[in-house]
Amino acid sequence: MTSFKELFDTYAWEDVKASIYNKTEADVISALQKSKRDLEDFKALISPAAASYLEQMAKLSQQISLKRFGNTIQLFAPLYLSNECNNICTYCGFSFDNKVRRKTLTEREILQEVEVIKSMGYDHVLLVTGEANQTVHVDYFKKAIELINPYFANVSIEVQPLDLPEYEALIPLGLHAVLVYQETYHREDYKKHHPKGKKSNFDYRLDTPDRLGKAKIHKMGLGVLIGLEDWRTDSFFTALHLSYLEKKYWQSKYSISFPRLRPFSGGLEPKVDMSDRELLQLICAYRIFNEEVELSLSTRESEKFRNNVLKLGITTMSAGSKTNPGGYAVEPEALEQFEISDERSPSQIAKLIKSQGYEPVWKDWDSILNPKTN
Amino acid sequence: MLKIGNYIFESRLFTGTGKYSSASIMEDSILASGSELVTVALKRVDLKNQIQDNLLHKLNHPHIKLLPNTSGVRNAKEAIFAAQLAREALEIDLIKLEIHPDPKYLMPDPIETLRATEELSKLGFVVLPYIHADPVLCKRLEEVGTAAVMPLGSPIGSNKGLKTIDFLEIIIDQSNVPVIVDAGIGAPSDASKAMEIGADAVLVNTAIAVSPDPIAMGNAFKLAVEAGRIAFEAKLAPQHTGASASSPLTSFLDD
Repeated sequence: MTSFKELFDTYAWEDVKASIYNKTEADVISALQKSKRDLEDFKALISPAAASYLEQMAKLSQQISLKRFGNTIQLFAPLYLSNECNNICTYCGFSFDNKVRRKTLTEREILQEVEVIKSMGYDHVLLVTGEANQTVHVDYFKKAIELINPYFANVSIEVQPLDLPEYEALIPLGLHAVLVYQETYHREDYKKHHPKGKKSNFDYRLDTPDRLGKAKIHKMGLGVLIGLEDWRTDSFFTALHLSYLEKKYWQSKYSISFPRLRPFSGGLEPKVDMSDRELLQLICAYRIFNEEVELSLSTRESEKFRNNVLKLGITTMSAGSKTNPGGYAVEPEALEQFEISDERSPSQIAKLIKSQGYEPVWKDWDSILNPKTN
Repeated sequence: MLKIGNYIFESRLFTGTGKYSSASIMEDSILASGSELVTVALKRVDLKNQIQDNLLHKLNHPHIKLLPNTSGVRNAKEAIFAAQLAREALEIDLIKLEIHPDPKYLMPDPIETLRATEELSKLGFVVLPYIHADPVLCKRLEEVGTAAVMPLGSPIGSNKGLKTIDFLEIIIDQSNVPVIVDAGIGAPSDASKAMEIGADAVLVNTAIAVSPDPIAMGNAFKLAVEAGRIAFEAKLAPQHTGASASSPLTSFLDD
């Protein structure tokens, strides 16, 4: 198998969907009782048949997470560098056709933002941009990473997919992780939601984790935007992707996020609604299926939900996030990519984590461990 | 008493610092365990700002030595670089070499570990490498100057106990350096067993940190390690093999 696309092309969306919805309670029980689970077990765990086993799934998920990750939750902050974007994405506040003022932070502005994020206690930062290859390109990222690196133990990016040599150039500068969500694995629906821009190329995006693996990135993040298509089928393909990558690029670590479509000004209504109960089912299913993968929960989710699920499988959280460039210091009022739901500050979230008998971890990497160039 | 490099330890229980619900509980559990050598992941501490680092602050007790570990590096080169910075920043020449390029199962890379051990030993480090329970690798590490070997009992963090016991016994039988059983010890009985078969020490983290009562568990491991060591020194009574009165196979000799 030279790329995930080869494997992906052997699956048909409707067959996978039918197979998930045909899973029975017996399949769910069998999946819960095994010590090692495969993709068929994952299908059972995300199926409607597993809904009545949620309490059991939550208990198991909690136990497994505790063994691997201990009583800890890692914290990170997103830092939006730019909302310039040449793509049309029907669900995104930064979409090209959304008439908002565009901004890309200058080096000075980046440092202003850094100061505020550092003062909140953060040591891990995620740099986020839209996709504007004329101005926010690999040279911009190089400069940003070099600028930020002295201040943070760990720097990740969530930007447009890049070519292999570009990733290889960024990693030695201190780039630790790259998050690239497929949005949906439904090829036709993907086209509908991404009608214009470089992002409309489904296959290039699908191939991105392969390029990251070849570049030997320390960690990559996968996920789909929940609400675009049937979340169960999309999650199966995410798990399939994860399994393929783990075996092939065994030196990389993986994380999964489950962003649910959030409102933004002039945005799309979700095609598929996912309830809190279903999101918890998905979180537990991932954990039971894969004991080592990191599971990340953002401020898109409500206070109540985050308070209650942080011990049930989640390993990583953001808090106090601003989703507009300059949001922390430069221009706090500008338009956001999406509305966040949990608006509590990082110190409030840290307190909450402690009150549940967990330790908030601000630092779990050090630049001295970064790959060395010859 | 256990000697590693020029360091002497009364306690044969080494501990870790990860997975605890708070730094205070970590401190109390380690104190309850009586451990004198505590491993700390370089990635978790702030080397540039040690005074404010909460974890280092909690480990500041006269009887506790820090054992920095290189968790996160993927090859010998990265490990050597990290070890040198750790020695400079923490003023400690002890290093727990952890080179596990596989972040899923955290399996140690024997080739890179051997390389790094050789280089770091030459640079004057007291090297404690985390390895598979591979008897030949242990001898090769001895040849390049390792201060001890740290074979795994089962996968790290798995709490599965001494799955590698047959290989651990060979390692202990052959070793000229201290043998510290490092990973997978899930219960005090596992630690006792490792000590009974002659391990010089054990390193325990997850089983203490993730226990609902880590402080009591720290004490339980302390007692288990002491009991296992006393049993090893006293020598176990032979196991009953079901001797029979008559000697059908050799009685012809008496005819």
